[in-house]
Amino acid sequence: MGSTIFLSAVVLIGIGLILGAAIGVVYKFFEVPVDPRVELLLELLPGVNCGGCGRAGCADFARALIGGEAAPAKCPVASQEVVAQLAQVLGVEIGRAAKQVAVILCGGDLTHAKGQMLYNGVDDCISASQVAGGPKGCRYGCLGMGSCARACPFEAIGIVNGLAVVHNEYCVGCGKCVDVCPRGLVKLVPVDAKVHIYCKSPEKAPAKMKVCDIPCIGCRKCVKAADEGQFTVNGFLVEVNYGDYPRPDVIEKAKCPKNCLQTCRGHEEFEYGKSIGESA
Amino acid sequence: MAQESLVNLLELTVGAMLVYNFVLARFLGICPFLGVSKKLDTALGMSAAVVFVMTLASLLTALIDVYLLSRSFVIGGVDIRLNFLQTLVFIAVIAALVQMLEVLLQKFSPALYRALGIYLPLITTNCAVLGVATLNAGSGRNVWESVVFAFFSSLGFGLALVIFSSLRERLELSAVPRPFQGMAIALITAGILAMAFVGFSGLC
Repeated sequence: MGSTIFLSAVVLIGIGLILGAAIGVVYKFFEVPVDPRVELLLELLPGVNCGGCGRAGCADFARALIGGEAAPAKCPVASQEVVAQLAQVLGVEIGRAAKQVAVILCGGDLTHAKGQMLYNGVDDCISASQVAGGPKGCRYGCLGMGSCARACPFEAIGIVNGLAVVHNEYCVGCGKCVDVCPRGLVKLVPVDAKVHIYCKSPEKAPAKMKVCDIPCIGCRKCVKAADEGQFTVNGFLVEVNYGDYPRPDVIEKAKCPKNCLQTCRGHEEFEYGKSIGESA
Repeated sequence: MAQESLVNLLELTVGAMLVYNFVLARFLGICPFLGVSKKLDTALGMSAAVVFVMTLASLLTALIDVYLLSRSFVIGGVDIRLNFLQTLVFIAVIAALVQMLEVLLQKFSPALYRALGIYLPLITTNCAVLGVATLNAGSGRNVWESVVFAFFSSLGFGLALVIFSSLRERLELSAVPRPFQGMAIALITAGILAMAFVGFSGLC
């Protein structure tokens, strides 16, 4: 009995010592020196690994910062103060990047867009768009199945009455939703551009009006109401020129006959989901 | 004789992978199975890391078992076996091995480290790795048999993980009734998957 205890103690202590020494040796001789600034930067960065900077996560971005391959302001999530702190750690210029938010250029919710069929398949926009164009009549509009909402790391997109709506106060402009939308409706715009034309269909106006109550019919009232160059006309579709965007008062002046021209706030509140509420 | 070794080989390979699948038949390594199976990429990374660690760890633990713990020491006329130290020693060895691997990988293969790095600390306390070591020791396999068994066991773990994560990716898109959403439907799926794997039980 005594010798069993003795022997097991010896074996355990021996193994412990050997393992400890081995770990020590490995750490001593093979350790890769990590730049201590990486840790510092990582603490400052948001740490959500959204990939909005174009890098594979915050750690990769931190390494790129130290390597001088990226500017601190490339992080779309970090606030101005955080960016300033990052720049301070690195001792470099901030680098300019205007804050952007996503906007989904479609107003066709279940009340305003006419359906063409009952879609009962996989609850995903990409799948739905491949099945005869999805449930809505408009082949260019929002499918409302929330592929963009699922892609958003910040839960800034809600599906309201069958229409994806970006909540600007949560959106950081990382652009993840842009690639996901099979209809290409999501656009990153400057945060100060409040007026949008919520339609992206290039069809002729009568065709659009058959499937939707609030399409852009290309009447150009907004173009006339705004300064030159603030809108671009493209056949039956008018687009906001986000390089020189119009002010919100243009909505009053233009009196868009289809209510397609809206501020993002107005877009959120304009009858959408009043009766049904969030269905996501 | 030849037939016997063939049966043995079958049990070590196909048996370890499919019939006695670590996750679905032995219920080992359930936490990574449920934890990192939400996306196929992470499941693949985790599987690769487990294959890597499990094979190496079983080599080490089998060596220790065969040459130290399963031997009888005679001290003062008393026959002493240290089998009872198995769990203790194996845990320490596996944990130390993973620690060292992390540093070595970072040094010699940064690409591999980037792919597996975040999963390595998770494996330190993975019960499947300890399970394979104790199973090897319990059935008296020699070192090479142990390594082959561990390799195919970990492949089986990876297979289960990859299948399950693909199922879960598909589940994301389905209209699951509210009471079943999330982990509930995942567990039910895992149960059905395990039942499917029972179908392999006649193989060897």
